[in-house]
Amino acid sequence: MKISAPQIVTKDLNVWIGKKHILKNINIEIPEKKITAIIGPSGCGKTTLLKCFNRLIDLTDNVRVKGKVIVDKENIFDPHIDVIDLPNIRKKMGLLSQKPYPLPMSIYDNVAYGPKIHGKSNKEDLNKKVKHYLESAGLWNEVKDRLKDPATSLSIGQQQRLCLARGLAVEPEVILCDEPTSALDPNATRKIEKLIMKLKKDYTIILVTHTLRQAKKIADYAGFIYFGELIEQGPAGEVLVKPKEKLTMEYIEGEFD
Amino acid sequence: MNFRKIEEYIFKILMLTSLIIVLGSLIGIIAVVLIKGGAAINWEMLTTTPKGGFYMGGGGGILNAIVGSIYLASGATVLAFFISIGIAIYLQREFTSDGAAGIIRASLDILWGIPSIVYGVFCFIIMMYLGVGTCLLAGIVALTMLEIPIMTRGMDEAIKMVPSELKESTYVLGSNRIETAVKVVLRQGLPGITSGILLAFGRGIGDAASILFTAGFSDHIATSLFDSAAALPTMIFFLSTSPIPEVRDRAYAAAFVLLSIVLLISIISRLLTNKFSKYIIK
Amino acid sequence: MKTLKRFIRMDSRKRKVFISTKLMFAASVLVCALLFLIVIILFSSSAPLLKQHPITDLLFSSLWNPERGDFGFYPIIIGTVYVTAIAMLFSVPVAVLSSIYIAEYTKGRVMQIIKPFIDILAGIPSVVYGMCAIIVLVPLVRDHIAPFFGASSTGFCVLTAGMILSVMIFPIIISICVEVFRAVPDEVREVSYAIGATKWETIKHVVFRAAFPGVSSAVLLGFGRAFGETIAVCMVVGNIPQVASSVFEPGTTLAAFIASNFGEMMSVPFYYSAMMLMALVLILIVLIFNILAKIIIRRSYGGGKT
Repeated sequence: MKISAPQIVTKDLNVWIGKKHILKNINIEIPEKKITAIIGPSGCGKTTLLKCFNRLIDLTDNVRVKGKVIVDKENIFDPHIDVIDLPNIRKKMGLLSQKPYPLPMSIYDNVAYGPKIHGKSNKEDLNKKVKHYLESAGLWNEVKDRLKDPATSLSIGQQQRLCLARGLAVEPEVILCDEPTSALDPNATRKIEKLIMKLKKDYTIILVTHTLRQAKKIADYAGFIYFGELIEQGPAGEVLVKPKEKLTMEYIEGEFD
Repeated sequence: MNFRKIEEYIFKILMLTSLIIVLGSLIGIIAVVLIKGGAAINWEMLTTTPKGGFYMGGGGGILNAIVGSIYLASGATVLAFFISIGIAIYLQREFTSDGAAGIIRASLDILWGIPSIVYGVFCFIIMMYLGVGTCLLAGIVALTMLEIPIMTRGMDEAIKMVPSELKESTYVLGSNRIETAVKVVLRQGLPGITSGILLAFGRGIGDAASILFTAGFSDHIATSLFDSAAALPTMIFFLSTSPIPEVRDRAYAAAFVLLSIVLLISIISRLLTNKFSKYIIK
Repeated sequence: MKTLKRFIRMDSRKRKVFISTKLMFAASVLVCALLFLIVIILFSSSAPLLKQHPITDLLFSSLWNPERGDFGFYPIIIGTVYVTAIAMLFSVPVAVLSSIYIAEYTKGRVMQIIKPFIDILAGIPSVVYGMCAIIVLVPLVRDHIAPFFGASSTGFCVLTAGMILSVMIFPIIISICVEVFRAVPDEVREVSYAIGATKWETIKHVVFRAAFPGVSSAVLLGFGRAFGETIAVCMVVGNIPQVASSVFEPGTTLAAFIASNFGEMMSVPFYYSAMMLMALVLILIVLIFNILAKIIIRRSYGGGKT
C-alpha cells in the first residue's frame, strides 16, 4: 500500500534489546495529518517502534538499532548526527504517554517549560501561549484560577490533558500517543479521544493502542505489529475490518494476547 | 520449664539490655555535653576570643573557634557542592556509560571510607611542598576532600530515584540533557540533595583530624585565608585535658555549641525535606 | 581541530551543554584520581625511610626511638589491633542484639522513633565522644574498674579507648543489620513457624543465617571505621608507643599516633617519612576491609546497596 507523500517512512528498521530481536525489518509508512493506529498484542514492540520515531530508544539499556527512519525526507538515525543535535530532532515529535508525568512544577510552568527553553521569555507571550494550549487540551476552564498550583494536585485525567498541552506548546509536527487512555476512566478517555480527533487537522498522529474499539473509532490508517513484525498496514477500514492477512483477521476477531 | 523458653527469655533480656546500652550511651553523651557545657556557656564565652593565651586561661571565650568553624565548614561545603553536583548529574545514563559510572561510584565509595586524618596529612604534604604554613585555606581544602564523597553519595541517591519517564517527557519537548538536569531533575531530587548537603556540612563542621595540621590553631579570629584558624573541634581536642578549669570550660562550651549545631542541622534537614516535597511527583 | 569547528557552529544552548559536560567529566576524573594521588604521594614521602630500612624491619621492630633512628612500628600496629579488638568485642554483640530486637520484636512505629536516635548517634563528632570519654570513662576506669581488677591505671589506657570506640561504631553496625534483617522475606519466617519453632529459634536458625552475609559486612565496615578512628582514641589512649601489657596500660594506634606526634616530626630526620608510612599503612588496611565488606555484600545480594 502506497501513501502519496508519507511524512514518516521506516526502511528495514531492526531493533535489538540485549539478545532479543524486538523489531524485525519494519517498513512502515505514516501519512501526513492523519491518525495512524498501531495495533497488536502486548509486548510486541509497539512502544519500541514509537521510541524509534523520536530517538528516545537511545536511552534504553543495551540497545542496537539498524535501518533508517526517514522523517520529512531525512534519516534521523543517520550516524553523522551529533548527540548534541538530538533535542531539535525530538522537538518535532510530541509524546503523550500512558501514565502522565507532570513536571515537578506549577501547572503554568509545566506548559511554559517548552517555550521557555526554546527562547520565548516574554511574559505576555508566554501567558498567551499557556492559555492557548491549555484551551486546545480542553483544560483551561478547569485550571484558569489555579495556574500556580502544583501540577500534582490535578486528577489523573487532568494531568494527562496537561501533558498534552505541554507537548503541543512546543509546536511539534507529529504527536506520538502511547496507549494514552489505558490509565483513565471512560469519561476521561472520551475527552482525550475527542481531543485527538480535533488535533489531526494540524498534526500527524500515531496512536499505539491496545483497544480495537478505540482504533476503529478514530483511526484513518492502521498497522498491525505481531511479535516485532509488521504484518499488515493500510486504511483503517481495511486493516481493522476486512484485513488481507489471516493473522490480522485472527487478532481482530479474538484479540488474543 | 523447657530449655527453649528459658533460652528465649535470656536472649530477650540480653537484647533489651543491649538496646538500653545503645540508647543510654546516646542520652549519656548528650547529657554530659549539656550539663558540663551548659554550665560553661555564658554571653562572654560566646562572644569574645580567648585572652592571655589559649592554653593559659585568663578569661575570654570561644568566638574565634565559632567563627573559624563557620568559615571552614561553609567554605568547604560550597566548594564541595559545585564538584559534587557536577559528578552526581554526570553519573546519569545520559552522560556516562554504566561502566564508567561504576568506576566513579566505586572511587567515591573508597574515598568515603578513608579516615579524615589521611586527608589532613595529604594536604599537609602539599602545603609543605608549596611552602605554606597552617591556614584557613588549607583547612578548607582538606574539609572539601572529606565532604565530597559524602555529599556526592547523597545527591547520587536522590538523582537515581528520578523516574526516567519523567526525564523522557522533557526530552520530547526538545529539552537538552543539561536543561532537564537543572530544571527538572534537581527539582525532583531536591529533598534528597538538600539532606546530602546538610549531612556533609555537619560532618565537616565536626571533624578535627583533617584540620589539625592544616588549619592550625589561633587565639584570634582569622582575617584572611592565610591566617591560622581555630575551630570548635580542635578547641575541644586541645583543651579538654587542660589542668586549668577555665580552659577546660572553653572546651565544654565549644562541645555544647558544636553538638547544638549538629542537632540543629539534623532538624533543619528534616524540615527542609518536607518543605521541598511540595512539587515533586511521588 | 574538529572539536573546535563543531563548537563554533553551535548555538548558545548547545555550547552550554558542551562546556558543562566537559566540566563534569573533569570533576569526575579528578575525584577518581584523588585516591591514586593520595596513595602515590604518601608512598613517595615514605620513600626516604624505606630506603634506609627494609619494610619488614619497620613493621616488626619494637623499638621506637626516633632520635636514634629506630622506627619500630610493631607496638603501634599491635596497639591498633588491641584497641580495635576491644571495641569490636564490646560493640558487635551489643549492636547485633539491639538490631535483632529492633528488627524482629518491635513494630514499625517504634523503628520510626529509634531511627532518628541512631542517625544522631552517627552524626556526633568524634571530638565530642572523646571529651565525654575523658569526663566519664577515664575516672570510671581509674577509680572503679581498674581497682576492681586489682590494677592501677591513670584511666588513659587501651580499655578506655576501646570502650568509647565501641559506642562510636554502634550506629554503623545497627543501621546495616536492621536493614538486612528487615530484608529477609516473611515467607522464610512463616515456614519456620509452621514447623513449630519459637520466634527466637526462628531468628537464631533461619533469619540470622539468611542475614549473615549482611551482618558480616556490617561488622567488617565497623572494623574499618574503628581501625581508622583518630580523635576520640587519641584523647584517651595515652599515646605511648609500647605494647600495652594489660588493658589498663596506655598504648596507641596508628591513627592516634599520627595525630598526637605530628608536631614533633619536623625536627627529627626521617620522622616525617615514618609518619607518612604510618598513614599509608593505615589507609591500605582500611581500604582492604572496606573492599572485603563490599565484595561480601555483592556476592550475597547480587549487587545490592549498603
